[in-house]
Amino acid sequence: MVNPATLAYYSWFVPLFPLAGFLVNSLFSRFLKGGRAGYIASLSVGISFLYSLILFFIVRDNHQFAYTLKLFSFIQTAGFSIPFEFLIDSLSVTMMLIVTGVGLLIHVYSIGYMKEDERFNEFFAQMNLFTFSMLLLVMGANYLILFIGWEGVGLCSYLLIGFWYKQADYNLAARKAFVMNRIGDLGFILGIFLLFFTFGTLSFHEIFSKLEGVSSGTLTISLITLFLLIGALGKSAQIPLYTWLPDAMAGPTPISALIHAATMVTAGVYMIARSSALYVLAPFTMTLIVIIGLATALLAAVIALYQNDIKKVLAYSTVSQLGYMFLALGLGAFSSAVFHLTTHAFFKALLFLAAGSVIHALHGEQDIRKMGGLKSFLPYTYWVFLAGTLAISGIPPFSGFFSKDEILVQAWTANPLLYILALSGALLTCFYMFRLLFLTFSGENRWKPFTASPHESPAVMVIPLVLLAVLSFAGGFVNIPELFGGSASFNRLLAPALAVASGHHSLSHHTEWTLLLISLLLLAGSIALGWIIFVKMSRVPGPDGLIRPWYNRIVFKKFYVDEAYHYFFVRPYEYLSSTLFENLERNVINRIVNFTGNLAFEAGAVIRRLQNGNISFYAFVMVAGILFFFILNLIIT
Amino acid sequence: METVTTAIRIIPLEHYIILCAALFSIGVAGVLFRRNTIIILMCIELMLNSVNLLLTAFSAYHSDPAGQVFVFFIMVVAAAEVAVGLAILVMMKRNINSVDINLLNRLKW
Repeated sequence: MVNPATLAYYSWFVPLFPLAGFLVNSLFSRFLKGGRAGYIASLSVGISFLYSLILFFIVRDNHQFAYTLKLFSFIQTAGFSIPFEFLIDSLSVTMMLIVTGVGLLIHVYSIGYMKEDERFNEFFAQMNLFTFSMLLLVMGANYLILFIGWEGVGLCSYLLIGFWYKQADYNLAARKAFVMNRIGDLGFILGIFLLFFTFGTLSFHEIFSKLEGVSSGTLTISLITLFLLIGALGKSAQIPLYTWLPDAMAGPTPISALIHAATMVTAGVYMIARSSALYVLAPFTMTLIVIIGLATALLAAVIALYQNDIKKVLAYSTVSQLGYMFLALGLGAFSSAVFHLTTHAFFKALLFLAAGSVIHALHGEQDIRKMGGLKSFLPYTYWVFLAGTLAISGIPPFSGFFSKDEILVQAWTANPLLYILALSGALLTCFYMFRLLFLTFSGENRWKPFTASPHESPAVMVIPLVLLAVLSFAGGFVNIPELFGGSASFNRLLAPALAVASGHHSLSHHTEWTLLLISLLLLAGSIALGWIIFVKMSRVPGPDGLIRPWYNRIVFKKFYVDEAYHYFFVRPYEYLSSTLFENLERNVINRIVNFTGNLAFEAGAVIRRLQNGNISFYAFVMVAGILFFFILNLIIT
Repeated sequence: METVTTAIRIIPLEHYIILCAALFSIGVAGVLFRRNTIIILMCIELMLNSVNLLLTAFSAYHSDPAGQVFVFFIMVVAAAEVAVGLAILVMMKRNINSVDINLLNRLKW
């Protein structure tokens, strides 16, 4: 048996391989023909996945395993030192498994999906960079390394959302994602500064060990957690910084899967879970997280009801599910949040990739009003999409059931009102997901006038889908609660890495069964409702220009949030910019700069006369100079 | 040898200095104000040789042969310089058909 510490020491292999894949794919892009870049990229992530798996078993078998790997001294000055270090514990290993595992399947899928694209190699280079950044984020043992990964992920998301940069509005979407994230990052970096100012270190375990004597609710801790929360809100697309995520659908579909499932949006949840020791000391922030999470979950679910773009519906469902994770975080159920994050990674990657398969089959059509009746044409896609839908809706025994039920139970213990709101969000989720499923795969063929006959995707795309479907089905079994005779092994695995919020009491089994039964009945009801409306009555959403009643229109227009942001932030900003440009830039700065330039020019014109090319003149000046100093010397002495 | 230095010492040192200064000044003035390149070269030779004269005079007065050794060095260098200078002069004559120094004023902005 190899020493666990030795194996953990080589954990730097895990981010190394995607980085190497990125370098090979970007530097030798011209020599890689015929999909080789895709194989290289997938292989590099695959090796990382295998090593992560080894690390996972080590962490599982050694309780309370936490290994800090110090690679080198990153910043070293008199006042402080920040080493470049990785932390291998249950939380980071879980995240590494998600990032590399789901990431690997998405990479393989992309080989098929992006086959026709002319920038195939660049795509895989950027995917690898994305994976690398995310691994840095989850493996970093201090806030600075986390922040490097955090920014790297932001950069890669910008590159990949705007991958088809020839369409102007795709670029706008990429820019929007970048700017929104930047707002969050500002908060995050302020939080890091404050952390350093307070504790004099950025290392996780050093900070957490200094928290022992700190009393709950102090201003500093509250401020730190609030600043960090702003960062998490931006990255994890919560109110008020969520609008970039639906627009991020501009990128290729595998990217949507990567951003939404394995990486990027999970970063905020991971960061708060990692900082759980800080958050349990800040009750105010925790309450705020509950409110934001729940509001986001409900708002996004309501918006998703009226979306007609297959990827937009999934995007809002992601925002909504992230809201659930934040709800769990705010309730202090950190492991439940990470568990939902894990299952969500499975089924959301599945849903996006399946949606990609549909879009692929219909030659780029994304409007569900122009789909329908695809069940017989895309049998594999239909079944895996159904699995994903059941999982996200929380139907037992699919994975989403276990994770969402855990959050709902936590909500009930905190406050029955929270439970009711969270449950209604879950019902909405169930309804719009089945609406999506029915409109896409059941009913009449509405794609006939628009596209040629659809075809099932190639095996390289279908196999990842099937694997993800299996994970979406079985992913919940790692954490069967005690209610069903399980041992909640996932929660117990994560427990050493997470702080425990005080004041938790478990429910009686009787109450839990009642809650479970109620939610299942309601879920069945909402599925039935969806079936009646969209299959039995075969209703299809009206065209965009349709005149709708006001309550309907508000939802269809996504509560005018984008418009409000445009009006309150973008417009004043643009006005300020143009005013400054007209007055300050043109009249002040331009003049100063031009004056400086002209001054040098004029001075040059004067001095130029000295250099007239006449050698006698040069000699005369030289002799005159010598004589001058000669006489000067005589006068002085 | 002794007779030569005695002969040199017959004339006071100031006279040598004044003569050399005069010769040197004539050379400088020639370089500065003449336009004919041949004359300029000759004036440079004049300056060099005025210094040579002064060096030998001092050498004799101080009984130090080092000054005369320097003179030989200067003569060698001057000969080389004249060779190069005259070569340039020939090229100049061939190219612009003139030896007027003021015609060579292209080296400017």
